[in-house]
Amino acid sequence: MSDPKKSDPNGPYSDSSDAPARPSFAMGRSGAESVPTKPDPMTSDAGTSKARDKGRQSSSTARPTGAGIASAPAAGTSGGSEEAEQLPPGAQVDLSAAQADSGIEEVLTGLDNELVGLDMVKTRIRELAALLLIDMQRRRFGLEGNRPSLHMSFTGSPGTGKTTVALRMADLLHRLGYSRKGHLVTVTRDDLVGQYVGHTAPKTKDVLKRAMGGVLFIDEAYYLYKVENERDYGQESIEILLQVMENNRDDLVVVLAGYADRMDTFFAANPGFGSRIAHHIDFPDYTIDELFVIAEKMLERDGYRFDEEAVPVFREYLERRMARPRFANARSVRNALERARLRHANRLIAAGGQVGLDDLVTLKPADFLGSRVFAGEGPEPDEEED
Amino acid sequence: MRITQGTFSYLPDFTDDEITKQIEYCLENGWPLSIEFTDDPHPRNIYWEMWGLPMFDLADAAGVLMEVNACRKAHPDCYVKLNAYDASLGRQTTALSFIVQRPEPEPGFRLDRQEDHDRVIRYTTRAYVVDRPTGERYRGESNGS
Repeated sequence: MSDPKKSDPNGPYSDSSDAPARPSFAMGRSGAESVPTKPDPMTSDAGTSKARDKGRQSSSTARPTGAGIASAPAAGTSGGSEEAEQLPPGAQVDLSAAQADSGIEEVLTGLDNELVGLDMVKTRIRELAALLLIDMQRRRFGLEGNRPSLHMSFTGSPGTGKTTVALRMADLLHRLGYSRKGHLVTVTRDDLVGQYVGHTAPKTKDVLKRAMGGVLFIDEAYYLYKVENERDYGQESIEILLQVMENNRDDLVVVLAGYADRMDTFFAANPGFGSRIAHHIDFPDYTIDELFVIAEKMLERDGYRFDEEAVPVFREYLERRMARPRFANARSVRNALERARLRHANRLIAAGGQVGLDDLVTLKPADFLGSRVFAGEGPEPDEEED
Repeated sequence: MRITQGTFSYLPDFTDDEITKQIEYCLENGWPLSIEFTDDPHPRNIYWEMWGLPMFDLADAAGVLMEVNACRKAHPDCYVKLNAYDASLGRQTTALSFIVQRPEPEPGFRLDRQEDHDRVIRYTTRAYVVDRPTGERYRGESNGS
């Protein structure tokens, strides 16, 4: 039976959706007018603020992107581009303006400031941003290539910032127009895999539908596939995921996250996944210096600071903690600080008497020395402990 | 005879792009959408079959459209409609409902007149397709009207 919705594309009402609202000609374009070498065809329809600088030409057109993202002077007045008229082959686009307009610089600087270390990761993300930006410009010239595949895998130990980066990535993709809503849906195996026959497919689809228009972040993705159990429902979930990753590439971006070695096994067992994921980003463990900087940032945010004598003690703590099992990088640091605050509060209460602001914000060595990490060879920790 | 039910029923059928825009509008208003289908076109048939559960917490129309297409594929010879439910206090009812697929051809309805006491006439409409068992109604050549 024929599909009635598609049968009448030229019906009297159908053009309302195909054609984006025509830009109004009345909008001021004085900013763009002043640029001397603007190609003609653009002047007539540069109505929306975004379209305004599409026609702008600049001498810096050929600027390479990888390194250039950091510098963009805010030359344009426009936001991201949508539904602009196609540029003629002779036109030129201003990359730095495009960068500034998309607002990706903000995200990338945010990434730089917020995350300590992770230089490799940041470089990869900058490269990716450059690729997408260039792809966007290519589209403006009507080059209809395949949309670059954006599915990613983040591998690394716990606490290395995978979720935070994913959140930033969602924002980045949204600003570049590769994700319509830019929200992040974080799920684990439990959210995808059902408990009985017929439960998995609706569950997985439900999650996928919620993630449409944004980024689906599957934490500990390797749990989806259980080697020891062939009839595990995870397999069904994987199949649906693969299908949607392929068919709805424009609608959602899937990010798989997990430990590097286990993810390798996972990809080996599911070649379909490996081949559909173009960007594998590895998150290295933090060095002790980076962990210390992270700790300082966390304390600063919470309105605490290290006593001078506490600095070497905390470094010593970190060294010992890193050698112990279940060390979870930044997450362990945060937990350690939480417990230091606890001891700090108890110390003050126990001491009683008068306290000043200084006492309230300063963590002393004693607050860290109370940790079990310093207690020598204690019993193996059951859960992550200090 | 073209069935007119729900919102937009006197407009030509929507394209997928137009449907997407309507879905966007619903989602912006925070209305969860659900999909229903039936092959009994009688206007008083308000209990259509549900296609899956209502879809909550969606951010983007693509998910809904995916389900619409899945339903169309599974039931190419049924009416399919989208319902948006407004759960806000004081309304709590269907806010928007429109047909996104209709089978072809639509044979229409027969009007039955039943003579009753004292020259009273009772009227009944009856879809021609319901002469056939469900599942076979809009399949192949219809007996038309």
